[in-house]
Amino acid sequence: MNDMIKKVTQLLTDKTIDVFIGYGKGSADRSRAIFVRTAEQAENLVFSANCTQNLAGYLLKHEVKHLGKLGILANVAALRSILQLASEFQIKDGEVLVLFANPDGSFTEFLDFHSIEGYLLTTETGITSGEQERIAALEAMSVSERWTFWNQEFEKCIKCYACRAACPMCYCHRCTTDVNQPQWIPVASHERGNLDYHLMRAMHLAGRCVNCGECANACPMDIPLNLLTYQLISPIKAGFGATAGMKSDAVYALSTYKPDDKENFII
Amino acid sequence: MEKELKILKYSELSKLIERFRSNGYPVLAPVRKGKVVEIELVESLDAIALDVLLSTQSAKKAAFPKVEKVLRYTLGKSEVQQFPVDPEACPDTILFGVRPCDASGFKSLDAIFGEAPADQFYLKKKEKTTIISFSCPTADEYCFCTSVGGGPGNTAGSDLQFTGISKDDILVEILTEKGAKLSLLFADLLSEAGASIDKSKFLADVKVAFKVDSVVEKTTASFGNATLWLEQSLRCIGCGACAFVCPTCACFDFQDEQNTKNGVRLRLWDSCGFSLFTLHTSGHNPREVQSQRWRQRIMHKFAYMPEQLHVVGCEGCGRCSRACPVDMNIKEHLTAISLI
Repeated sequence: MNDMIKKVTQLLTDKTIDVFIGYGKGSADRSRAIFVRTAEQAENLVFSANCTQNLAGYLLKHEVKHLGKLGILANVAALRSILQLASEFQIKDGEVLVLFANPDGSFTEFLDFHSIEGYLLTTETGITSGEQERIAALEAMSVSERWTFWNQEFEKCIKCYACRAACPMCYCHRCTTDVNQPQWIPVASHERGNLDYHLMRAMHLAGRCVNCGECANACPMDIPLNLLTYQLISPIKAGFGATAGMKSDAVYALSTYKPDDKENFII
Repeated sequence: MEKELKILKYSELSKLIERFRSNGYPVLAPVRKGKVVEIELVESLDAIALDVLLSTQSAKKAAFPKVEKVLRYTLGKSEVQQFPVDPEACPDTILFGVRPCDASGFKSLDAIFGEAPADQFYLKKKEKTTIISFSCPTADEYCFCTSVGGGPGNTAGSDLQFTGISKDDILVEILTEKGAKLSLLFADLLSEAGASIDKSKFLADVKVAFKVDSVVEKTTASFGNATLWLEQSLRCIGCGACAFVCPTCACFDFQDEQNTKNGVRLRLWDSCGFSLFTLHTSGHNPREVQSQRWRQRIMHKFAYMPEQLHVVGCEGCGRCSRACPVDMNIKEHLTAISLI
């Protein structure tokens, strides 16, 4: 921990960065994002098992960007978010200083996107075995059972949009659900409105979701929203050979046309 | 009315719910659903989670649901025929097993919706709801009711309040005419309570975190303190979780849903935390950044409501802090404001 405090203090002192996004102590047993701008604030940095929030979403927050040159403490999910955001032209190489928290407590500084790409090839980036089991259980259901499962989950939804706000990939200035001419998605948090919203969001994240799980963690009603987008990871990989958040210059599978694309899905 | 004290046996609680049901009252109560606790219609005591600290969402939906139909209409060739929804068309309902902060939260909603023009959809539902709150034997670090004028045994807003005083006995406080009328349904189950019962012995100890007068005064004076609001809200991601679980947040939106022939007008929850909330048609947004929206949330509850409605718009339930995905802790933020 002291290593990180020292490192961040030095980065701030020599003006390499203006602000460092890391974790501080939160309420009860929680951690929270903190935005360190002085050596004194750097003393508040912590890193422990409860520091799991994907901080990459803050890289695009207007008021955070406005603070100056950014540094960030990244976990694997945040590294992948950064690459995915880069591939979508939201972050440029060299714009963000990335410190990575190694599992052994030490820290690695990534100087460019290329080194992040190299690191991700050597580490586990997939979904956990527990998540895999839940998806397998969902896929084993009949279509009508799965329909019932999700409708029961969506019944709890209050449309607070915490899932969207917490997702590092949901950065659209005007989300489809907020567009009202035409009104694609019913605004109401009723059966149809909840279903349309969550399916629309899942489809927009197909091939872009970096399986950080922030949507599910953010949901105050405990809806396992991550399973929806996780389920779309394998089909995209199988159909297009693409995995999100592994390359900073990846082209998005679902918006790219190649003359030799398979067309066997056309009936 | 002067409050009356009675004793009810825990073992009779299930009879109570049966009596309510057999007399035609829908009963809304906290129900465990996995990790969340919802306020839902129940058929029997077994379904009710009386041991939980607080339901995930507040009880406001009893009178202010997340989606509410207020008008139906049909589109003719040249005219629109309207079929208004009768605000009176709601059943007498019992809200059972909620906490004092939920019951007192209705005081804020009464003030908001009672302002002219009075909101009949809310007021009729509220009028037809009898609230039986359970005082709090426990609290957690997010609770701060005692800092905003409430408390674990606060009776404001409740028609009846139940307090467990031993493993067998419940102290029943009959607080309003509505409560007295409902208690007639189970008068035979009640016995006299000795005047010597000290209710406070059975309540959680919720420490006072800040002086509310100081928060009101400092908030009112801090509108232009951009640094304060920015520093408090840098980690806020602008969702509506805080507003939607809040017992006193009352902002709403109207939406028409229609096909070529028929339509309905719906009243829906909304939140000042959303950037869309104040977006003008021109594209201008008077609250263009999140810190301004956070300021609005705090100022509405601690400056505007005290000034205009003479109530503080916060019950200290702490739900917003518990629900916040990024740990915006309102008790901490209000304490900091009180110490400016």
